[in-house]
Amino acid sequence: MAAKTLTIDGKQVSADESVTILDAATDAGIKIPTLCHLDGVYDVGACRLCLVEVAGISKLLPACTTKVSEGMDIKTDSERLRKYRRMTLELLFAERNHVCAVCVDNGHCELQALAYSQGMDHVRYDYCFPKWEVDNTHTLFGMDHNRCILCTRCVRVCWHIEGAGTKNVSGRGGKARIITDLNQPWGTADTCTKCGKCVMACPTGALFNKGSTVGEMERDRTKLEFIVTAREKKQWIAD
Amino acid sequence: MAQRIIIDPVTRIEGHAKISIFMDDAGNVSDAEFHVVEFRGFEKFCEGRPYSEMPGITPRICGICPVSHLLAAAKAGDAIMAVSIPPAADKLRRLMNLGQLIQSHALSFFHLSAPDFLLGWDTPQAKRNVFGLIASNADLARAGIRLRQFGQEVIQVLGGQKIHPAWAVPGGVRSALTEEGRARIRAWLPEAYATTKTAFDLWKKVLDSHKKEVEIFGNFPSLFMGLVEPDGTWEHHGGKLRFTDSSGSIIADQLDPQKYYEYIGESVQTSSYLKSPYYSPLGFPDGMYRVGPLARLNVAEQMGTPKADVEFKKFKKLGRGRSAVTSSFLYHYARLIEILTSIERVEAYMDDAELLSEDLRADAGINSLRGVGVSEAPRGTLFHDYTVDRDGLLRKVNLIVATGQNNLAMNQTVAQIARHYVRGNTIPEPMLNRVEHGIRCYDPCLSCSTHAIGQMPLHVQLIAPDGTVLHEVARG
Repeated sequence: MAAKTLTIDGKQVSADESVTILDAATDAGIKIPTLCHLDGVYDVGACRLCLVEVAGISKLLPACTTKVSEGMDIKTDSERLRKYRRMTLELLFAERNHVCAVCVDNGHCELQALAYSQGMDHVRYDYCFPKWEVDNTHTLFGMDHNRCILCTRCVRVCWHIEGAGTKNVSGRGGKARIITDLNQPWGTADTCTKCGKCVMACPTGALFNKGSTVGEMERDRTKLEFIVTAREKKQWIAD
Repeated sequence: MAQRIIIDPVTRIEGHAKISIFMDDAGNVSDAEFHVVEFRGFEKFCEGRPYSEMPGITPRICGICPVSHLLAAAKAGDAIMAVSIPPAADKLRRLMNLGQLIQSHALSFFHLSAPDFLLGWDTPQAKRNVFGLIASNADLARAGIRLRQFGQEVIQVLGGQKIHPAWAVPGGVRSALTEEGRARIRAWLPEAYATTKTAFDLWKKVLDSHKKEVEIFGNFPSLFMGLVEPDGTWEHHGGKLRFTDSSGSIIADQLDPQKYYEYIGESVQTSSYLKSPYYSPLGFPDGMYRVGPLARLNVAEQMGTPKADVEFKKFKKLGRGRSAVTSSFLYHYARLIEILTSIERVEAYMDDAELLSEDLRADAGINSLRGVGVSEAPRGTLFHDYTVDRDGLLRKVNLIVATGQNNLAMNQTVAQIARHYVRGNTIPEPMLNRVEHGIRCYDPCLSCSTHAIGQMPLHVQLIAPDGTVLHEVARG
């Protein structure tokens, strides 16, 4: 394993060649906004919030899926990046029906927190107001497609931490949506172990404990990372 | 020539409305209609949502009485779960409702209505408002504003915020009263009592000098409806429904509020987004009934708290013996008595250790596919009726709100006042101000009743039988 030397926001950083720009920046104490990234599962670069500028490359690169290389000169914050991040957030808000004031995740939502931190004070695009349903068939959990941003965190924890493979993505573009088993009501999905990892992973109010009311969904996502680390390092007792 | 007068928009009410006054061929007022001209569609767009979200969604109907919707939605949720909520949760909900009654009634009396009867009907509109009141009697205006603040504090102490607290939930409430919160509420009580006393003193003078208003501002026979305890004591959050008539006789008692649809019908008129509920055994429109402070005091036999009961007896005397108090101008008086009993009840709760309990929330699945939640909102009885599927998703929502139930009475009030003042084919200025106040007696909340949004301007039209608009006055 070779170490690479690079510059992030003017700061000299040394990182192993196997890590991503996001990991290297996090280790160096530099925060890059993320949404689909979740500690403990692999990255897919779906949300485009972590885009960074790399000197010599004209297009923006996602920090979560781009490996570090020798001599990289990276900017994680610029007017151009802020503009793109705001635009991405606005598009996410316009795409489905996000009504923070009455959402179970109000005050704990990563999408909402990012909108605040990135200065998204309004949405310039027409809202799509799609008609999505709520799947409340499961005994413990509900899934509200109106609030889903298709980050696929739930799919990844279901397949790669729990190993159940219940959740998946069906359809393309505006019709893409999270499904359970063979596109059937969640309550009838035999593979679901009711572990709740998907609910824990969800960055918005799309997955929730049934019966939750406004702002009641608080999640401890560090548990997911702990499960993976504990499994790999055989540490079965939390600190 | 016959004509129609339209007042559009109507001011200092919570919402946007228009008034039409119909004239007959002899040039006399034949009828009047209070139209609510905006529409929001809460009942429709809530379909498909989990019922547990309704205490979060429905308070957004209104910024004045979000607590009423919160509590009715939570109660409807209790019914769907088919649970008895923990006793502490019931008391805490009641405490919040009392805070709501105080703050909303203080707003109605001091901010919205007092400028009319304290500054005088014919004071120019630019001065006949809360700012004019501040200019003429700063101490009174400040005390009124602070009384409202007290009610808001009760709500904030319990729910964490004054407006739209997401605190009551199906099965109970999310948090108890704290020692610190109890101390905060207690500290307000002496001032709240003092302001209420000032308001009563003031009201006595108003009553002496406004005998004509008592006679003509919505003084007509009707039914009255409100919640009462089993012994007929005034209720605001539990109990059963009672109907009385204008002679003061009980015509139906201890009706199960969950089965309101067995005795309340809703009539739809094409001229307004506001539906007109009626007592169905008497049919439409004979089953017209009034709700709110006047009705609650008419159906009750006592207030159940000592200070308020003293005033209650004086109030009942205005009904001359056994008959009900039928003038809508006396809604203001009833509102003050309800503020007083609410303060007394808040004070009593301050000594109740159960309000600090940790047993606050019952848990259950879907045990009933229909649930009705009923609570007395400041303006009258509020019904939330939800039908859900097996998964708890709403399939049908029906909200019956106080202002809707007072719709027919408001029409009659406008007609009665107009009959007194309209002569010929023009809208006289004195009538405009008084018709507005006639509506204001009911403290209507149009955003609640149609689940509508809007400003509060005034538009009156005078309309002939052939539909011609003969005279029109608008101000905004």
